[in-house]
Amino acid sequence: MAVRDDLAHLFRRAAFGASAAELDAAEQAGYEATVDRLLALDSPDGPGDAIPAPVFPPLPSKDDARAAVQWWLRRMAATAVPLREKIALFWHGHFATSIEKVKSAALMVAQNEVLRRQGAGDFGELTLAVAKDPAMLVWLDSNTNKVGHPNENFARELMELFTLGIGQYSESDVREAARCFTGWTFDRRSGSFVFRPGQHDNGVKTVLGSTGNLAGEDVIRLATTHPASARFVAAKVWSHFAYPVAVDDPVLDPLVAAYGSSLDVAALLRATFLAPEFLSDAARNGLVKQPVEYVVGAARALGVDAGGAEVVPVLNQLGQVPFAPPSVGGWPQNGYWLSTATAAARARFAARLVAAADLSAVASATPAARVEAVARLLSVVWTPPTRDALAAVAADPKAVVRLALVSPEYVVA
Amino acid sequence: MSEPRTFTRRQILGGALVAAAAGAAGYAAVSRPWQAVRSGSASAVRRGEGILVLVTLYGGNDGLNTVIPAADPAYQRGRGALAFSPAEVHDLGDGLGFHPSLAALARRWKEGTLAVVRGVGYPQPNRSHFRSMDIWQSGVPDRQEVTGWIGRWLDTETPDPLRALSLGPNLPRLLQGATTSGSAVPSMSANGATPFGGALARLDRPAPGEPALLARVRQTGTDLLAVEAALAKAGPDASSPDRSTGPLAQQLDVVAGAITAGLPTRVYAVSLGGFDTHAGEKATQARLLGEVDAALDRFLTSVSADARGRHAVVVVYTEFGRRVAANASGGTDHGTAGPVLVLGEGVRGGFVGDEPSLTDLDDGDLVMTTDFRSVYATLLDRVLDVDPVTALGRPWPVLPFV
Repeated sequence: MAVRDDLAHLFRRAAFGASAAELDAAEQAGYEATVDRLLALDSPDGPGDAIPAPVFPPLPSKDDARAAVQWWLRRMAATAVPLREKIALFWHGHFATSIEKVKSAALMVAQNEVLRRQGAGDFGELTLAVAKDPAMLVWLDSNTNKVGHPNENFARELMELFTLGIGQYSESDVREAARCFTGWTFDRRSGSFVFRPGQHDNGVKTVLGSTGNLAGEDVIRLATTHPASARFVAAKVWSHFAYPVAVDDPVLDPLVAAYGSSLDVAALLRATFLAPEFLSDAARNGLVKQPVEYVVGAARALGVDAGGAEVVPVLNQLGQVPFAPPSVGGWPQNGYWLSTATAAARARFAARLVAAADLSAVASATPAARVEAVARLLSVVWTPPTRDALAAVAADPKAVVRLALVSPEYVVA
Repeated sequence: MSEPRTFTRRQILGGALVAAAAGAAGYAAVSRPWQAVRSGSASAVRRGEGILVLVTLYGGNDGLNTVIPAADPAYQRGRGALAFSPAEVHDLGDGLGFHPSLAALARRWKEGTLAVVRGVGYPQPNRSHFRSMDIWQSGVPDRQEVTGWIGRWLDTETPDPLRALSLGPNLPRLLQGATTSGSAVPSMSANGATPFGGALARLDRPAPGEPALLARVRQTGTDLLAVEAALAKAGPDASSPDRSTGPLAQQLDVVAGAITAGLPTRVYAVSLGGFDTHAGEKATQARLLGEVDAALDRFLTSVSADARGRHAVVVVYTEFGRRVAANASGGTDHGTAGPVLVLGEGVRGGFVGDEPSLTDLDDGDLVMTTDFRSVYATLLDRVLDVDPVTALGRPWPVLPFV
């Protein structure tokens, strides 16, 4: 039988945590079979699809962004295919696009669907789809990139943040690539990508060592198949699902091999979850839950609505509002989430969540057994200092659960 | 107040002041050994009482359209429709003028309490927002460095969660040290005290030998209770900022409240984003600089009457300026060096350093004239009253703005 702690760790990273019943079933199935079940990303998602998609009025309003966030949070909490939502969240941080500039929740949700639909396929196709996505075209100014007056914003971030990393391309590559993307825009009414040949630079360009009348599609292909790209992508995936690493870390070797020449993201993820290092102490203690994971996971575990109107301000205080990353670099990790201010926000969130939750599973246990009942509820294992602190308040079921929600063992994924 | 003065490389090198260290090419500075005798009238920032307020403008504020060489034909040529005419700007002398939105700062310039350090940058400029901001916040341009220059100063001081505060939910690299870090406080702290603080205090007692991230969770919980207890004494300004103003003013309201309440904090970090003006720059920058102008003016006015607040020095910086030539989207792309603004009662107003040439460019970009580490060395020396070498690794010429 698979080790329960390993499975709980897997569900924290590849899903939004697991209930005791889910862990029981996974123990029977085994670790590798559970990985494959989580990776069955084409499975129907009845509960996720049942969350009604937000409908936006023709004139954008301030409420649109909140409606989009609430929809996605509820979808994440309800989904039967949690890894697909985690992958969409991961790519949202990677191809980080913000409604602050895009100004259209409808375009943001359309991009979100691209990340959900194509997130585990061919990275080259995903990158191309994102490059042509209207929200991205607005976000990085591609829609004003015209022959004779190239705008470098997208070309630079494509190489620096999306495919290669600093040091793998030159300033000349950025300028030349920007010329290749001239004429890429979209139709405001239909929300579809449009190529305007009259605005395209048909001159000869040299990008990443290739010369010719290159098109934007050529640049995407050159960047995503560049020798440095596979390790760049593997490092990004490992850093977000296991623990932060640099691109030269040997732990990435089997991931790069699995990703292969078909740029297979699902295979890369499978190699990640099956790597021995994924179950190391470094991995178990290596990531702080992102606020979205924290909020959705806690709401799921306690059976409380993850997308209530009060959750958006909580995410704002924790520093991670979906559709509004702080910059095109996405959200930083780990230490970024641990400040005095986020500690206060977590405590307030925990108090409110517990007030709304049905805690009978904990309340029905004797005070002496409550600390372990909470561990089962949240699928965590307490260290002795936390166990002592929880035991001190175990007379009150609400007090023990809210304290558990801000414990280091729960905050660190 | 004295008239704004101009310290240029030429004047400093030719005058009685000691020249900058040979080899440290191209910036105007005064070499000043650590703990040299201070000239009596040089600084109104009293030893050991300086308070540093760092204002980070995220996105790369367009320096050329902040301190504007409006009369320079090369500026008018490069910027086209984005250019301001000499009549539109607030004249600062030397052929330069403030952006029209900076009316209050122009007044403070005339009063002699605002210094403009010109052409500030670092060698081999990086045009990535993230890398460049990492460089500015770490103070280390030539390698990846996770700690910030203020964080490394914190490492040398007795640990105190109140010593450096960042406003906003997440801690910037700036305040991240190797063994300690500053604290982050929300700018809207009207939510009252943290619930179940007593239980939290017990939970977050240090647990020796714990993995780093778990220990960090406990540390932030402990620090939170200490910071909250201190801020509770900071009065109405800190707990109920005026919601009608913008985010920068709201953050600075908390800072003003904390300063007047006597918090032992020596460094405050506040920020404003949105300066990445690749398109439609004119309206966006006018709005943002208007917010900066109003927020800084409001802050300086509110602390000027306070005995401790008079020792506050406000520094405004960004990760890079923009290209000299505008793009076709009514905006500008990522550039290099730009001005750093320094404000406060204890600041010696005037220009520091040479204005970068608009014709002698490096691939379309300005060439820096002042190394950013000289700005930091000055702030460490004159405001925080410590040897700059501990945070910067080597001495840098101290500039005459404080």
